[in-house]
Amino acid sequence: MNSKPKIGVYVCHCGINISKTVDVDAVTEYASQLPGVKVARNYSYMCSDPGQLLIKEDIKKQGLNRVVVASCSPRMHELTFRKALAEAGLNPYYLEMANLREQCSWVHADREEATAKAKKIVASAVAKVRLLEPLEEKEVEVEPATLIIGGGIAGIQAALDIANAGYKVFLVEKTPSLGGKMSKLDKTFPTLDCSACILTPKMVDVASHPNIELMTYSQVEEVTGYVGNFQVKVRKKARFVDVDKCTGCGICGEECRLAGRIPNEFDEGMGKRGAIYLPFPQAVPAKYTIDPERCLFLTRGKCGKSPKCVDACPAGAIDFEQKDEIVEFKVGAIIVATGYDVFDATRKPEYGYGQYKNVLTALELERLVSASGPTGGQVVLGEGESAFVPKEIAFIQCVGSRDKSVGNEYCSRVCCMYTAKLAHLVKEKIPEANVRVYYMDVRAFGKGFEEFYDRVRREGVRYIRGNPSEAFKRGDKLVIKAEDTLTAKTLEDEVDLVVLSVGLEPRKDAREIIDLLRLSQSADKFYLEAHPKLAPVDTATDGVYLAGCAQGPKDIPDTVAQAKGAASSALILLSSGKVKVQAQVSSVDEATCRGCGYCVEICPYGAIELVTVNRFGHKVTVARVNEALCKGCGACAAGCLSGSIQQKSFKDSQILPQIAALGVKQ
Amino acid sequence: MNTELQSFIQKYDLLGCVQCGRCTGGCPVTVRTNLNVRRIVYDSINESMLEDLAKLPEIWDCTTCNTCAVRCPKGLKPVEVLIGLRNIMVESGIIQPTVRDALESVFREGNPWNKPKARRSDWMEGLEVKIAEPGKKVENLIFVCCTIAYDPKVQVIAKNLVKVLNKAGVDYGFIGDDEVCCGSEVYAMGELGEEGLFEMLVEDNTELFNSYEAERIVAISPHCYSVFKNQYPDLKAEVIHYTQLLKELLADNKLELKKELSQKIVFHDPCYLGKQNNIFDEPRYILSQIPGVELVEFDRSRERSLCCEGGGGKMWVESESRKERLAEIRVKDADELGATLLAVACPFCVLTFDDAIKAKGLEEKMRVAEITEILGEAVE
Ligand SMILES: Cc1cc2nc3c(=O)[nH]c(=O)nc-3n(C[C@H](O)[C@H](O)[C@H](O)COP(=O)(O)OP(=O)(O)OC[C@H]3O[C@@H](n4cnc5c(N)ncnc54)[C@H](O)[C@@H]3O)c2cc1C
Ligand code: SF4
Ligand code: SF4
Repeated sequence: MNSKPKIGVYVCHCGINISKTVDVDAVTEYASQLPGVKVARNYSYMCSDPGQLLIKEDIKKQGLNRVVVASCSPRMHELTFRKALAEAGLNPYYLEMANLREQCSWVHADREEATAKAKKIVASAVAKVRLLEPLEEKEVEVEPATLIIGGGIAGIQAALDIANAGYKVFLVEKTPSLGGKMSKLDKTFPTLDCSACILTPKMVDVASHPNIELMTYSQVEEVTGYVGNFQVKVRKKARFVDVDKCTGCGICGEECRLAGRIPNEFDEGMGKRGAIYLPFPQAVPAKYTIDPERCLFLTRGKCGKSPKCVDACPAGAIDFEQKDEIVEFKVGAIIVATGYDVFDATRKPEYGYGQYKNVLTALELERLVSASGPTGGQVVLGEGESAFVPKEIAFIQCVGSRDKSVGNEYCSRVCCMYTAKLAHLVKEKIPEANVRVYYMDVRAFGKGFEEFYDRVRREGVRYIRGNPSEAFKRGDKLVIKAEDTLTAKTLEDEVDLVVLSVGLEPRKDAREIIDLLRLSQSADKFYLEAHPKLAPVDTATDGVYLAGCAQGPKDIPDTVAQAKGAASSALILLSSGKVKVQAQVSSVDEATCRGCGYCVEICPYGAIELVTVNRFGHKVTVARVNEALCKGCGACAAGCLSGSIQQKSFKDSQILPQIAALGVKQ
Repeated sequence: MNTELQSFIQKYDLLGCVQCGRCTGGCPVTVRTNLNVRRIVYDSINESMLEDLAKLPEIWDCTTCNTCAVRCPKGLKPVEVLIGLRNIMVESGIIQPTVRDALESVFREGNPWNKPKARRSDWMEGLEVKIAEPGKKVENLIFVCCTIAYDPKVQVIAKNLVKVLNKAGVDYGFIGDDEVCCGSEVYAMGELGEEGLFEMLVEDNTELFNSYEAERIVAISPHCYSVFKNQYPDLKAEVIHYTQLLKELLADNKLELKKELSQKIVFHDPCYLGKQNNIFDEPRYILSQIPGVELVEFDRSRERSLCCEGGGGKMWVESESRKERLAEIRVKDADELGATLLAVACPFCVLTFDDAIKAKGLEEKMRVAEITEILGEAVE
């Protein structure tokens, strides 16, 4: 099958990256003596056009049928050289890379020893390349649709971009409305745009877009398949309201026996709603939902003589018989835009959150300053008789960020700026208030941020450099215990209101998506991108992209930029219409496979299944690889007890001689 | 010299500090002394300053409550830097005579109180106390603590514990005259060299404890508990605090509290028990089981409990400050709550609060009592 090998070996100087430590001439000379080697050359940059041309010319003129490039890691340039082989008419899988840079010159200092090692590496590549087989690259069709999980600003933006490009989008949001955290914000830094004013139009566009199928109050239950061909199952939870009939008039919400009795999630529990509710006035869709955990009728089977909402609804939209609905569809790409949780401030008990009514999180303050919030935009604390306007107000920065003691070592990137914004808004509402910010560093790195920080300071917001250690009560006041580190004086600062600038954390339910899509997490527990710099929206799962705070803390401008990036990545896939599948996949020798299923358990990509085949009239179980799912990691091959599963280009028969050539005894 | 000092930077991870000020902000003694532990962390990076820093009198104001270490966002332990500086003084021999005497007494007599070793069990007189025997199985090996063993003001703690344990029919054993100082305060006073007294105590005590077939070592003082739990790596037995044992007995109905105690009790979390080892609920559980008791809480309780200034060698170092003591602030707070009984679970707290109640003239209104004492009354 294999004609006699005629091997070309190309040793790269990589500028001086390799040649400084490795004697490339000696390695070339050595390579030329190896069995089967027809040509051996070295060149300053093999990856450059002239470098590649050397290879192509030799293939054509000298009839080479195998190529070894001794340069850098295959992660850098394997694809470059495969292309060069293909362009010269050779099967691209007749290439073997010998890594002389990362595995040799960069990690050694002694030139003589490094050169000796380089020779061995080249010899081992030559030993393997002669045994390589030609492989075929297959392509599969891409389903021209995208699933977006999460309807915050990230999901909204990605959905609109893809839909506007003419492709179908399924947008799945867990809560009853689109909007995410941005819909809770009053104004946005640093420009102070009204959050709802810029967000609501986008939410409306999503709902009315012919290419977007919006599923709110829904959850993705199952994803199978692979890039280009994902099969998705979504559970649309029963709202107990017929959305086709509901006009959003709101009469039911007022009539509900529990109206004004249940803490409203949208107002961070500070406002109240009924058991049937619209999360907030601009909610999209503007349809009511019954909370099944609170509704009297649903929890006890009885609500007075007859449920008041049913009696009140002029459209007859209430439907207690409604059941969850499962919908299934196919998509080519998936974007994860599930956002974040704010840090749970009870995890820092020293600040008394949850214990004192006048210790708030910044997100709670957002709702207080918002015109649509529980106080209609007034910063008042307490209720009824004891309601009062705070005059002495302190912000505490970095609560739950940059803090090893709670396991969050990262900076949350938005708190410095939202604090400046909130401090400004509070001063605007209570001009006589004394507002101070206790901080350890102010990070005003974005466009217009430093300017905004300057403005807020000049408006009279005091910045005190010292991160408080605790807060406790003294009479009606809260005492903040801190050190002003610039004067080295310790303070007991008496205030009316403490605002905790809570950081951004991975969602508590982050695991759901990990299990669904086999994503990884970075050290900070946010979803891990494929490469922090060069593939920031991709993931290790082909066809799955990340957008927004699901990948790490960021502000709205960065979230939108990343969402557009994720949309563009999905569009590249969709518009090309086809995806290449990995050629160096595993394959099973069904004649020797014993069907033990060990490989099925090992495979991290779920690419192997057991099937029943007919062997000489007997039904036997064997493993079979789905080539579209296989990533060529080789774990199964390493695990197979009978050696029946082998990875192409990394078969035992190919890598054992490669190892032997290193002088390793077996 | 240079490398040794560099190891000071490395040992305490000084370069990890961001100078946020949380340590000093939380340090309870800053309201009455000049101690600024953040400054000291900062200045300690400058090796040429170490010896001058070590001479600052406020280095000895630290109570080793550990608040600074718990609050530090970067995982530093500023308190250890202070102990490191104390060590410089201890090594150079320039220390207060009281500290020197205490350390020498530990070396000679196995306790810091200059009391004869042979009289460590005197408090047992007239009581039916079970003594554990090396090599023999014992479920709970009880460790008394030097202060409880010798100080007549707090010996009641051990006496009452014996009473309670006998009543509950627990398998226990005391060590007796062989018991030697746990080293907690020795360490806090800066005796930490590799060949130093603290290391010697750890080695000897580990050998002593491991010679018993004990399932658990039950420490009465939180200071002993904490050091056994966190600084004795080679103990075979599990280490628990006596409040954990008593909670277990009450929860399993092995101990019955019949006698009514109509008192308004406020519990003060000792730093070495609460902040440092997260034991908050057991003492409260025990007190809540006593019939008639009304339990109230300090505003600054649990993780925010205000240090009583009893630890960190403070029993042997008088602070120069004339400002109100923290224990005094604490008893005033207790009085405002209307508490008649200030409950604690640490012998040092008993001593500091007892003084504070007298200093504030509150003897008529309230008293301080260790939990064992209160239980001792309740099991009658
Ligand atoms: C107090 C505060 C103030 C802020 N102020 C500003 C500001 O002024 N300017 C600024 O630029 N940034 C600000 N930010 C940051 C801003 O909130 C974020 O940049 C932005 O909300 C990120 O959007 P997102 O879509 O990534 O995440 P999110 O807003 O969290 O949206 C995620 C969405 O996904 C949904 N979801 C989650 N899991 C699932 C699932 N499994 N299935 C289906 N749906 C799911 C959620 O319900 C939610 O609707 C502020 C943040 C805070 C905490
Ligand atoms: S708390 Fe930690 S990081 Fe902050 S100043 Fe103190 S030692 Fe440094
Ligand atoms: S241990 Fe306590 S007293 Fe000592 S420096 Fe730290 S916080 Fe202050």
